[in-house]
Formats: sequence, C-alpha cells, structure tokens
Amino acid sequence: MSRKLLLEHINVPGINTLEVYRQKGGYRAVEKALKTLTPEEIVEEVKKSGLRGRGGAGFPTGMKWSFLAKPEGVARYLVCNADESEPGTFKDRYLMTYIPHALIEGMIVASFALGAKVSYIYVRGEMMPQIRILEKAIAEAKAAGWLGKNILGTGYDLELYVQPGGGAYICGEETALLESLEGKRGNPRIKPPFPAIAGLYGCPTVVNNVESIAAVVPIINDGGEEYAKIGIGRSTGTKLISASGNLVKPGVYEIELGLPVEEFIYSDEYCGGIANGKRLKATVAGGSSVPILPANLTLKYANGEPRLMSYESLSEGGFATGTMMGSGGFIAFDEDQCIVRNTWNFARFYHHESCGQCSPCREGTGWMEKVLHKIEHGHGTISDVDLLWDIQRKIEGNTICPLGDAAAWPVASAIRHFRDEFEWHIKEPIKSQTQNYGIANYAVPIEKAPVTEEK
Amino acid sequence: MSEKVKVTIDGITVEVDNGTTILNAARQIGGDIVPPAMCYYSKLEGSGGKCRTCIVKVTKGSEKDPRPMPKLVASCRTTVMDGMEVLNITSPEVLEARAGVVEILLINHPLDCPVCDQAGECDLQNLGYEHGLQKTRYEFERRTFERIDIGDKIQLHMNRCILCYRCVFTADQITNKRVHGILNRGDHSEISTYIQQAVDNDFSGNVIDVCPVGALTDKTFRFKNRVWFTKPVDAHRDCGHDKCNGKVTLWYKGEDVLRVTARKDQFGEVEEFICNTCRFDKKATSDWVIEHPTHIDDTSVIASNHYETLKPLHVIQPNQALQAANEVELHKTVKY
Repeated sequence: MSRKLLLEHINVPGINTLEVYRQKGGYRAVEKALKTLTPEEIVEEVKKSGLRGRGGAGFPTGMKWSFLAKPEGVARYLVCNADESEPGTFKDRYLMTYIPHALIEGMIVASFALGAKVSYIYVRGEMMPQIRILEKAIAEAKAAGWLGKNILGTGYDLELYVQPGGGAYICGEETALLESLEGKRGNPRIKPPFPAIAGLYGCPTVVNNVESIAAVVPIINDGGEEYAKIGIGRSTGTKLISASGNLVKPGVYEIELGLPVEEFIYSDEYCGGIANGKRLKATVAGGSSVPILPANLTLKYANGEPRLMSYESLSEGGFATGTMMGSGGFIAFDEDQCIVRNTWNFARFYHHESCGQCSPCREGTGWMEKVLHKIEHGHGTISDVDLLWDIQRKIEGNTICPLGDAAAWPVASAIRHFRDEFEWHIKEPIKSQTQNYGIANYAVPIEKAPVTEEK
Repeated sequence: MSEKVKVTIDGITVEVDNGTTILNAARQIGGDIVPPAMCYYSKLEGSGGKCRTCIVKVTKGSEKDPRPMPKLVASCRTTVMDGMEVLNITSPEVLEARAGVVEILLINHPLDCPVCDQAGECDLQNLGYEHGLQKTRYEFERRTFERIDIGDKIQLHMNRCILCYRCVFTADQITNKRVHGILNRGDHSEISTYIQQAVDNDFSGNVIDVCPVGALTDKTFRFKNRVWFTKPVDAHRDCGHDKCNGKVTLWYKGEDVLRVTARKDQFGEVEEFICNTCRFDKKATSDWVIEHPTHIDDTSVIASNHYETLKPLHVIQPNQALQAANEVELHKTVKY
C-alpha cells in the first residue's frame, strides 16, 4: 500500500464538513504557516519539495511562485484553476467533491505565501454541484474564522471567492481563465507579459491547478524535504491519476510517482487489469492532449526497460516513442477499440473547443476533424493520411496557446504509431464499418535490446 | 528606456529603440524582409498575434541569453532584445510555416475575388499569390454566413472574414461606445454588432479601411468599379470634426469620385482615421482640394495601370525570358 497524502481520509464519513476534517488534522497547515512561517519560508519549502504543476505542463510550483512580481502598492492574486475539462481527467472534481476543505486549506496557505488578499477558485461551469460544495465549505471555514479578517489573530486577511466559468475548455488555459474571470470573452492572451507580471486586472497573479494547491498542505505539514523523498528523480510526491477506459476498476487513484505503468494497470491495488479479460491495445497516459501510445510502448521504453508513472519516464523517447504525464487522465483502450474513431473523437473535441482567435487552430482543427470523419466513415483516400500529418504539423507550435499543440499531438501520434490501422480503414472501407482492426502487433512485447534509432 | 538595441534580421543589422517589436524593426529596414501582417495594426492597441502570418525564427535570443527561441514567434508581438538574430525569408522553416498559415487562412475563404470589391487591394490576395499553393487540398464545404448590414453604409460579408479582430479594436478604440465584437467560438465565430444594431458613430467607416480582406465593404462603392481601373488622388478638405483632419485619398473614375478612403502608408495602414462625413458624403470634386496623385506601391495591382516607374513583378524578376518579353514595359520610366 503506497502512501496517500491527499486522499488519506477520503473514505471517512463526513470528511466534507469542517468538523470531521478538523478531527483528521485539517487546517494544521494553516496554523503552522500563519503562526510560525514567513511567506518566503513557505515558498522556499514548496521549492524544496520539488512539487510540479499538476495541471498538465508540470512546471515547478515553487519556481512559479518565486517569479511573482511584487511591486509596492499593487494587489496580488492567487487563482485556482478548477476548469478541469480535458477528456479523461476528473481528479479535481473528485477532490473538490469529497474533500473541499483540502483545497480551501491549500488556498489559504498559498495565498499567505504569495501575499494575496483576495483569491479566486475558477470552477468549470458544468460542475455546479462542486461549486455549491465549495461555497458551503467556504462559508463553514469563514464562520470558524479560517477566512475573512484577521485570520487566527495574525492580522492576515483573506477573502476567497468561487467563480463559475461558462463551460469552455479554453478557459483552462491560464490567461484565457483570467480574461474570463475579468468578465470578458475567454480568449488566451498573447504572452509576454506572463500572469506573474500582469495577470488578473493587470496585477501579478499566480494560477495553479487544484491538485497543486491541495498538495501544498502535506508539504507544509511534513516539510518540503519529507515530501521530496516520495517519488522518483525530479518527479516528487504523489499524483492523482484519473483512470478510465476498458479497465476493471476505473477511478481516481493517488499514486507515488515512479510506480511502474504495468503495475498501475494490472495490480489489484490500482486498475486491476483490462476488463472482460481482453488485451490492452493502447493508452493515453495523461489526458486527451498527450500522444497516444500502443500497449508495448506504454509498458516499456523502446529499449525494453519498464516505463514508470513519472514526468520524465512517461516522456522518455520524446514524441517518437514517448508520451507525457499531462494532467494524469489515464485512458486505456482494449483490443476492440478503434483508434481512428478515437482520434476523430478527440479532434472533434478540439475543433469544438478552439476559441477561434488564431488562424492555424481555428481552421486547422476543423479541417483535421473533417478529414478524420471521412476516414472513419470509409470515404478516405490514401493521401488523406499524409494530408492529416501535414495539417497537424502546420498547427503545432504556430498557435497562441497550447490548445493548438494539444489538438495536433493526438493526431500526430495516432498516425505515427497506428498508421496501419488508418490505411486499413481506407483500403477496407466496408469492412471497417462493421469490424475493428484488432490488436495487430501493437501489444507485441518489446525485448530488452540495444537501443536502435526509431524513426 | 530610450536606449538603442541592435537586432539582425536576415543578416541586416539595425538599431532600434528598446521595446520595438521585431515586425517594426523589420519595417525600419524595409524591403522584402518585412513579414506580412494580416492582423497587426500599429495604430490599434492590442492588435496582432492572431493571424500568425508574421511568424519568424529567432536564432539567437539576445546578447545575454543567446539561446534560440524554441518555437517560431509572432514578430508583431515579440519585442527585440539587444543582439537578437532573426530569420525571416532566409529560413525555409519560416517560409513553409507561413505557406501553411496562408493555406489554412484560405480553406474557408470563398475565393470570390472576381466579385469582391477588395480585390486588387486585398492583403490576403497578395499573400495568396506570394505563398499560396496552386490549388487547395480542402475538399469540404466552406462555412457560410448571411450578409449583414452594419448601418446603411457598411456591409459585413462574414464569409470572407479572417477574424483578424482589427475592426473589433477599431470599434473599441476609435468609437466611444462598443457595439461590435465576436460571437461564438472556434470556426463558427463571427464578427457581429450588438443584436445587429448599427455601429452608430462618426468614425465607424474606418472599419472598412482596417479590414485586410473584403469582409467589411463600403456600400456606397459596392460593385461600382474595380480598384485598378480607378485613379487615386490625395486630397484634403477643411473638415469641421475636431478629430478628423480631412486628409484623404479620392478614387476617381473619369470625372467621378467613386469612393473616399483614408490615406494609407506603404504597409497598407491608414495614416489618420477619417470621419464618416468625409468618407461617405463628400463625393464631388468641388468638396476637395486636390494635392497630387497618390503614391502606389509597385507590388500592388493598382500600380500596374498607372503612375510612376514599374519595377519587374516578383514572377518576372528571376525569369530572363519574361524580362525580355516585357522589356518595353519595364523600360518605361513613367506610366500613365
């Protein structure tokens, strides 16, 4: 049984109330931080912990905090990004539903560290129940004196607000989120300036994921060095993984980073293997925007060594044979799943969610979706595969925000690893409507061999 | 902050003010190395960064930090650093990416240039000629919208729009009351006025001039003539409006003024915004004091009919046979 930091008390009845949360040691971190530590010490502690952003990019949180500009007489803000809407990711929703106080506690500590007097939790509009839960929890905390004026008699004031979004995926991009929070159309801003210099209302702002903020609580309780001992290499601590797809036990799991992927999929402690006794064909390891990998490359590197659940290990091999940690949305596909259909589905999502500000993403995502739709429904031609490859290359890296990249990567990786299946769809247009391509050689185990350059 | 910084673009070094963007530094050098800009407009605050046609490669970040930038950057929104080295037309990667952006801009464009009033002075048309492919690889239905009248003088033809946001910034910054913006998301987004209410302002006509394509057109000029058959003449009048100085370009066909626009500089940007009275209501020669024929850049098709010297067009330059065939034309110094 591995260590649980965030979900330790998840099964305690009534943990969503302040009373039970306090009994289980809640708000210790606030007491410790506000009474014994200075803001600089907290930032230092988070830096020592090596905590990396849990929202997708994996940027070190402590470093992000230390970049925050601190001009005199200008307000600073902390914004929590709870606009979780990536297909395959649902960890933040789980955390907010069952332990809302963990997030609020983290918000208080982080706001104190950053010197923010007003902080916001920007929740995706579809998560109305979670918004109510958070509002209730904030009211409880405020009544008990954990929020508001003069918290714990330390003279620190903090107001915490929950803001529902309009339900756009793009508002999970930090600058689009700030625009939306300001009441404008949620278009990503052109960087620089970065939010650390000019964010919300032109003031220095830090935007963090729900899980990153909640992870500050154990860091303060146990100390950054203690936290850094968990995990492997530069991937420290624990991570919530939302496992979905053809698994025996899908759900949200807290893992210690560095767990072998094979153990995560097949052990009974976690996903319990592939449902209905089928075989694994492919996985998307970190939410829909990361590259899809065939089963053999998911479990092992191209040189045959086992792949681990960590930021570095998942991206081992670059885009050629690796993927990314992303936001931890682990999707498993069994042998009966159609990769072409899935790629089309992802492309459809990005087409729908593109904000329409910059041209490659606005036009390119729609184009990819139409070509994929054509292939999936048996009307493709063999040149369409190359066309798709060309379109994704023209989108990737040429857009304002990472949504363009996120739309391009799944298509690129699907073509890279599953080109046979695309070509089969084109050559067998009638058969492909009633049958699946099957597992082919995607699960052929990789033998440990001297490294060969893969193209 | 007034210190000068050195930047090298395609091997040409120039000293510019600190805080200048790469695009503006390139404009100070001038010539072929100026990246095309479809959405950036120097007179509109906050514009740029959207169309991605001005992307360039930064091979050296600055003197202090010589690392190259990992991705191609939008030159209109990236400020220069001391010692920065930029590749534009000398980098095949940039040219390929730009051709990609042009192709992507054109996939939903109706390509109705033969009936479009903007043809001949259209930035997208120029860009298409320079970078575009011979034929499109897009084989699906293009998106279409209904035409919308914004007031009685301006028509919005959303099919042609490339969503550069210039008119939105104009409506925001030039006019007092914002009634103009973007509706919907992604490739369904459309420029719209608030519940199709007219943009009711003395300066609303400027959205026509800032539009890089034929999406916003002057209804008083609609289908009157092709721009290359008209002769532009600089003129001015004593405009009573306190923000408008009445300096315009008149577009003549024979004796008639077909339309009035603001004067444009060599990068296709208006020099000064003009009011609607000058633009729409003063269409008699007697209203104006004529100055001189407008200087037309020789890359424009408008120039191929009249005025000044004619430099060989891009297609002719490298081709000896074409040069020989056009010898007489090329050696004319003045063409009326």
